[in-house]
Amino acid sequence: MYQLKFDEKRCLACPDGACLVQCQYLKYEADPARKEMVKIFRGEDSPVLQDCVTCYACEEYCKRGNHPFYLINERRENKGILTAPRAITRQWIHIGEPKGKYELGRIGKIALSFGFMPQLKEITKGRLFDDVMPSYFFGQEFFCNVVYIHFANTKVFKERLPVVIENIHKLGVEEVVFLHDECYAAFTSLAPAYGMEVPFKSVHYFEYLYNRLTALKDLIRPLNVKVVYQRPCSNRLCGDSHLFVRKIMDRIGATLVQRTYQDETALCCGSIFRAMYGYDLMADVQGRNLEDMAQSGAEYCIFNCHGCMNALSPLVAARGMTPLHLIDLCRMAIGETPEGGR
Amino acid sequence: MESIVQALAGIVGKPYVSASAEERYFYGRDPGLMPAHAPDYVVLPRSVEEIQAIVRLAGREKIPLVPMGAGMSLSGLVIPQRGGIVLDMKRMDGILKVNEAARYAVVEGGTSTGKLHAHLNRYYPRLRFSTPDSPAAATVAANVMIHGQGRLTQQQGFNSDMVSGLEVVLPSGELCRIGSCALSDDWFSKGPPLPDLSGLFLGWFGATGILTKVGIKLYPRKKMRDVEIFITDSPDFVPGILYELTHTEMAEDINIFAQPLPLIFSGNHHIVIYFTGDSAEEMEFKKRTLFHALDGFIKSKDGGFMTVGEGMKKTLLDMPQRSATTFADVTKGGGFEYSGPIVPIDRYPQCSRKLDELAVKYDLKYHATARIIDKGHAMMFAFSFTFNRADADMLNRTRMALSEASEYALSIGGLFWKPTLDEQRIALEKMDPQTARLMKRIKEELDPQGIMNPGNWEGI
Ligand SMILES: Cc1cc2nc3c(=O)[nH]c(=O)nc-3n(C[C@H](O)[C@H](O)[C@H](O)COP(=O)(O)OP(=O)(O)OC[C@H]3O[C@@H](n4cnc5c(N)ncnc54)[C@H](O)[C@@H]3O)c2cc1C
Ligand code: SF4
Ligand code: SF4
Repeated sequence: MYQLKFDEKRCLACPDGACLVQCQYLKYEADPARKEMVKIFRGEDSPVLQDCVTCYACEEYCKRGNHPFYLINERRENKGILTAPRAITRQWIHIGEPKGKYELGRIGKIALSFGFMPQLKEITKGRLFDDVMPSYFFGQEFFCNVVYIHFANTKVFKERLPVVIENIHKLGVEEVVFLHDECYAAFTSLAPAYGMEVPFKSVHYFEYLYNRLTALKDLIRPLNVKVVYQRPCSNRLCGDSHLFVRKIMDRIGATLVQRTYQDETALCCGSIFRAMYGYDLMADVQGRNLEDMAQSGAEYCIFNCHGCMNALSPLVAARGMTPLHLIDLCRMAIGETPEGGR
Repeated sequence: MESIVQALAGIVGKPYVSASAEERYFYGRDPGLMPAHAPDYVVLPRSVEEIQAIVRLAGREKIPLVPMGAGMSLSGLVIPQRGGIVLDMKRMDGILKVNEAARYAVVEGGTSTGKLHAHLNRYYPRLRFSTPDSPAAATVAANVMIHGQGRLTQQQGFNSDMVSGLEVVLPSGELCRIGSCALSDDWFSKGPPLPDLSGLFLGWFGATGILTKVGIKLYPRKKMRDVEIFITDSPDFVPGILYELTHTEMAEDINIFAQPLPLIFSGNHHIVIYFTGDSAEEMEFKKRTLFHALDGFIKSKDGGFMTVGEGMKKTLLDMPQRSATTFADVTKGGGFEYSGPIVPIDRYPQCSRKLDELAVKYDLKYHATARIIDKGHAMMFAFSFTFNRADADMLNRTRMALSEASEYALSIGGLFWKPTLDEQRIALEKMDPQTARLMKRIKEELDPQGIMNPGNWEGI
């Protein structure tokens, strides 16, 4: 069985305990933070195991190559500490179960992965994708199964992820552009953390978009709009890709306005909190986030994840901002009229 | 026989009478599972006077008379067990009045629920009635006749509780008004403060008279409507969850579904909570109250609110909701039938386990649905099966499963809803003998010749 790579010595020598000190939901000073992580590593009880709300952020806060959230997850599972109601976990496990209903485009050396997000098929249209489409794959057979870490359930992805890696490998692709950053994170963070080998190159779609916009720069008409960006939890597992958001916005002439809850202090969309903890946490996080967006004077709220988009679009719209997927905004910049931009 | 056709044609006009084999075949069955039995005549009247004349003719000739709406009640209630005349009410489809201030409508005895729904949508956007999820052709009169349930049943009780007056052609052919409309042209009450005589007709399946007009209460229609789904992995938690939800008095309608397919629904019980409001603040307040009511279940991880995607939300918010009709054809071959007893809400776990057991025992595709009645006094629990009509064995297995389900529900304190003839017999047998005798006396007094929908509620 796959074992998480976690180096206790790094925690013991950690100068800042950044994982828990920066956590937006728990309150820790550096010293207790470090100690708590060591306790957790050693399998001792810790309030963190009860109180962590699975925002994934400490995976990004730890700059010392450890995996604090994956560790919390492992220990919770061992101790039978549930994060989500059992029915919610069961439903999600069913959602990701392969059913032989996958879809393949004309697969080339490079392919787009839609994971198991049907909405992604709808937005990958136009010039931005015409050098790779229709090389794509979609379906539970290619779904990363990372979401189960919200539910302290590592068994599912340990079982399913190697099969997914094999499924993709069998397609004969050399490079995969992931449109769902949880999928990208599965192959660049989770799989390596558990010692799973990934025999293809993983590219985040932000990087792909940035390169395409560069290639198509003659078509770009600067948008001159102010935007805020809703960063999803899953992007914390692949923080390297986040840098591209600003670069893309610069390229298309959109201003990413300064606000409190962005980059490392981004707030969750609330949808997973709602399912796992009920109203109050969801309402608190959404309320602060939306107020912050509204204060910033942005015209658009740009999304990367359709889960966030589903949860926040009506609320964003009620505050006078237009909710839009990042791809749609890029398409607008090259003179296209995407569905969501109308 | 020819003379009866002529006599009927003399009453309603030739185009509206038939004794042809095709028509008799069609009117001899319903979409459920009960064995067919053809009528001798089919007639479609257009007025109260025509109905009175038909009833008198039937009385003179001692011909059975079976009123019919859309024939969608599924339990054989419109199948003319002893032949005779099927009285198809569909041409009596007027909406006679809507009193906006007193919030009621008066419709004819064959007006469809779809027509009333559309009329209110168009002309009275601030009013609604308790729309059932049956196909839109189902009639208002038949729906209250069988004590149907609709979108407002959780708040207001059975749809028949929302009747505000009746006009009935008695088996003698006399016309009779029930409720406030017996004294004036105001249809605001079906009885109180007078003796409530509506009980002589509602629930009798046409065996004591034909409803020619129905007053039906209307309720405020809010501008906004939304839905949330709370899921739990054990039926044992469902009664407690319902108790907390109904305590808030914030929900419009509460339904439950549990089914093994598609896989996403497998193993969980889905409590579908609808709520309405006139402003975003009202909606948010209700949502928060409903969520908080279930905090205990969320904390103990016994249940949680699932994400309802846009597509699913749209389906759920549809009125009537079409998903029941879609499910009806899961097993290709167009067969769908349910036994929907009315049971106290604490019997949900037993019913749910029984359904699982029946599905395995009879190898059938199934789903459970339930609708909460009157803030939790009871629920309709539907043991639903789909089947292929061309598969005789499957048909038989479904019949056995349904009958076992009904008997089980009765044994745990439930009541049959829209019972088949067999179920009516079982209920009469189980009933306090004095009550059964009273029913028999009522039937004999109103219909001494036994011509009205014979077979139904016939005393023992
Ligand atoms: C997919 C599906 C979903 C359903 N969902 C619901 C639901 O959500 N709620 C619900 O309540 N029901 C539901 N039903 C059951 C049923 O369709 C409805 O209750 C419907 O209102 C019955 O109306 P009908 O006109 O089809 O009745 P019919 O079957 O025509 O008649 C029912 C009974 O009323 C008698 N009758 C008809 N008209 C008169 C009259 N004018 N005077 C005297 N007696 C009369 C008939 O003789 C018969 O005994 C559903 C059915 C299906 C197929
Ligand atoms: S997990 Fe990382 S940040 Fe946290 S204590 Fe260990 S080394 Fe430091
Ligand atoms: S996942 Fe989020 S809530 Fe949990 S410890 Fe890490 S930063 Fe805190």
